[in-house]
Amino acid sequence: MQRSASRLAIALIATGISVTSQASAAPAKPTAADFATLQQQINALRGDCETKISELETRLKAAEAEVAAAHAAATPASSPAPEASSEVVIADSEAEPSPAAVTPSQNAMNPGVSVVLNGNYVSRSQDPAWARIPGFPLSDNAGPERRGLSLGESEVTFGANVDPYLSAALTVSFDGGGSASVEEGFIQTTALPAGLTLKAGRFYSAIGYLNERHGHNWSFIDMPLPYRALLGSQYGDDGVQVRWLAPTPFFLEAGAEIFRGDRFPGGGSDKNRAQAQSLFLHTGSDINDDSSWLGAVSYLHTAARDRLTAGDDFSGENGVGIASLVYKWAPGGNPAQRNLTLSGEYFYDRQTGDFNALPAKLNRSGWYAQGVYQFTNRWSLGLRYGSLNGDRPAKVLLKSALDDLGRNPKAITGLLEYDTSEFARLRMQFTHDETDLKANDELRFQYTVVYGPHGAHRY
Amino acid sequence: MIKPMLSAVIAALTVGLAGPAAALQVFACEPEWGALAHEIGGDKVSVYVATTGVQDPHLIQARPSLISKARTADVTVCTGAELEIGWLPMIVSQSANKKIMPGARGVFQPTDYVHLLETPASLDRSQGDIHAGGNPHIQSDPRNMIPVGKAMADRFAELDPANAGLYHGRYQTFLGNWQGALKRWQAEAAPLRGVPIAVQHRSWIYLETWLGLRRVIALEPKPGVPASSGYLAQVLEVLKKTPVKMIIRAAYEDDRPSTFIGGRAGVPAVMLPYTIGGTDQAKDLYSLYDDTLSRMLKALK
Repeated sequence: MQRSASRLAIALIATGISVTSQASAAPAKPTAADFATLQQQINALRGDCETKISELETRLKAAEAEVAAAHAAATPASSPAPEASSEVVIADSEAEPSPAAVTPSQNAMNPGVSVVLNGNYVSRSQDPAWARIPGFPLSDNAGPERRGLSLGESEVTFGANVDPYLSAALTVSFDGGGSASVEEGFIQTTALPAGLTLKAGRFYSAIGYLNERHGHNWSFIDMPLPYRALLGSQYGDDGVQVRWLAPTPFFLEAGAEIFRGDRFPGGGSDKNRAQAQSLFLHTGSDINDDSSWLGAVSYLHTAARDRLTAGDDFSGENGVGIASLVYKWAPGGNPAQRNLTLSGEYFYDRQTGDFNALPAKLNRSGWYAQGVYQFTNRWSLGLRYGSLNGDRPAKVLLKSALDDLGRNPKAITGLLEYDTSEFARLRMQFTHDETDLKANDELRFQYTVVYGPHGAHRY
Repeated sequence: MIKPMLSAVIAALTVGLAGPAAALQVFACEPEWGALAHEIGGDKVSVYVATTGVQDPHLIQARPSLISKARTADVTVCTGAELEIGWLPMIVSQSANKKIMPGARGVFQPTDYVHLLETPASLDRSQGDIHAGGNPHIQSDPRNMIPVGKAMADRFAELDPANAGLYHGRYQTFLGNWQGALKRWQAEAAPLRGVPIAVQHRSWIYLETWLGLRRVIALEPKPGVPASSGYLAQVLEVLKKTPVKMIIRAAYEDDRPSTFIGGRAGVPAVMLPYTIGGTDQAKDLYSLYDDTLSRMLKALK
């Protein structure tokens, strides 16, 4: 009650000061018009003050009522028991909590910094140096992991709101060899009307279901076969994105992107116009308390000039269409104990251009289906099947890297995962891969940890 | 030419599809805040409740349905103190709704209006799933509904000045009813004063404070960290020396730790609704506490 009274006094003084300062700021040679304006301003101020005072009075009354109410409510019970003082703390348990004072400091406005570390062990029956997929020249990113023990790609993300209108995030990744690169670095709007969001910088495209996810959020250690063969594992580039979320009772989001066009399946971009463009549409909803779904269709067009893959040169265009469907189940909507995620995507790729200066026109496709089932707290099993359909190029390009040799590349993968917490996991993954001429069996182990203020997960 | 047409189309869609009858669209993260929003807002608010009483509010998937509901919200009523940190930020950032972005007036967090207990002295994930601001499970003490309801009425009035009088009036009515209920509950709960209990997860500090319960031990070694068998053996040792009257857990929690320890120590394991919809009896704000008390009193007999 006392606090409210003093606040009232301060408010009165403050409004008084503002009135006097307004009055003293009046021009030296006042005219009749000036007086009229001044009179209006004073009237407005008086009105303002009156509303403020009456508002404060109401608040004071409410505060009094509240205090009285709290007293009344507390009377039947005597003084509350001391807070948790009698709890037995076992050696391995938490320390007794005590309130900590928050001291503002120079680093109070520092961005959130989170770090992802992972380590791998890979064992393969075939030498990765010679690995290829006939009919699908691979980008450098999509090749197989080195054999033996290795430090995987480490990531550091700095994220924060820039001001009331923009947020920004920078993700720097360090490959096992120690070279750093900007994986993502973008600004994004937070205050546009009508459900619009703009993003600019370097980012992963919103095409497909998995494309936008960082490596530490993938369901398996590597990306499914069609992503590796047709998008160089993941499509990200420098560009601009616009998304619109419809005000519908179910989830409906549409978006478009333009990109510089330097990344596979594009390449060699040095023009004024953006050389890659995409469109995407996402929709989804709940089926019941236990299950929900997400569907997406997306299209990416890229133009390449002298794109090099394993010494082969390609200039031309690629159009990749993707249809995606995801289903999630958790009993009662509680994923902590048990949950299931089923997802599948179909890819269609149309490539036209010159391959090593010879005309090449290919219609290729691919799909994958995967399921990950967390059967008990912290333990999951996963199964994935992926397949590609190549094309036979014109006679002059037979036996080139574009020739699928009449084969259908495919791979089946099994996964066992154990999470020590939400922030750390251990994975064991086995893949039987028939993408190359000789079948390859691969066993991988991986740990992944995330520390720092880690953002919430996507669906 | 194209731009004005496009914005006209968007505006038409926005009005046509959203077109709410109520003045305020409320996105409540938990059922108790949804119910309180109904008490304060009456038919001037349309409330969407994002979770059910049997869902763990720490762990919710950022489902498409939640994003579409957040898109049209005027105000979010979510506990705060990092309870929803694992999912709400993703929903909000994908909602493209500036009214509910961090820092906006459409963000209403009940924990901002209550003195939080168990604020950690240091923040380190080796301590388990701790919340920097303090324990967020404030709804287990019904007295907290008074300051939260008051602040909610103020916020609704600020966001929808046309109905300010209605919100404040409904708060006064709620206050009167709630005080009556509090007196009744506190009289009923007298036998629980000083009773030693064990908890499965540390989500009951406010209930303990309200009723004067004495927490002897928690079945989790650290918040959010499931107990190992070694830890449970230690718990049994402690319970031999310091017996408790009951082990309480929330409806959304796995029943195995408390029934296991309860069976070994000969102590009833009591499932409490935790929020509205946690049990069949906890249908609204009043029956939530009726049922909580009746379950605990039954275990005491």
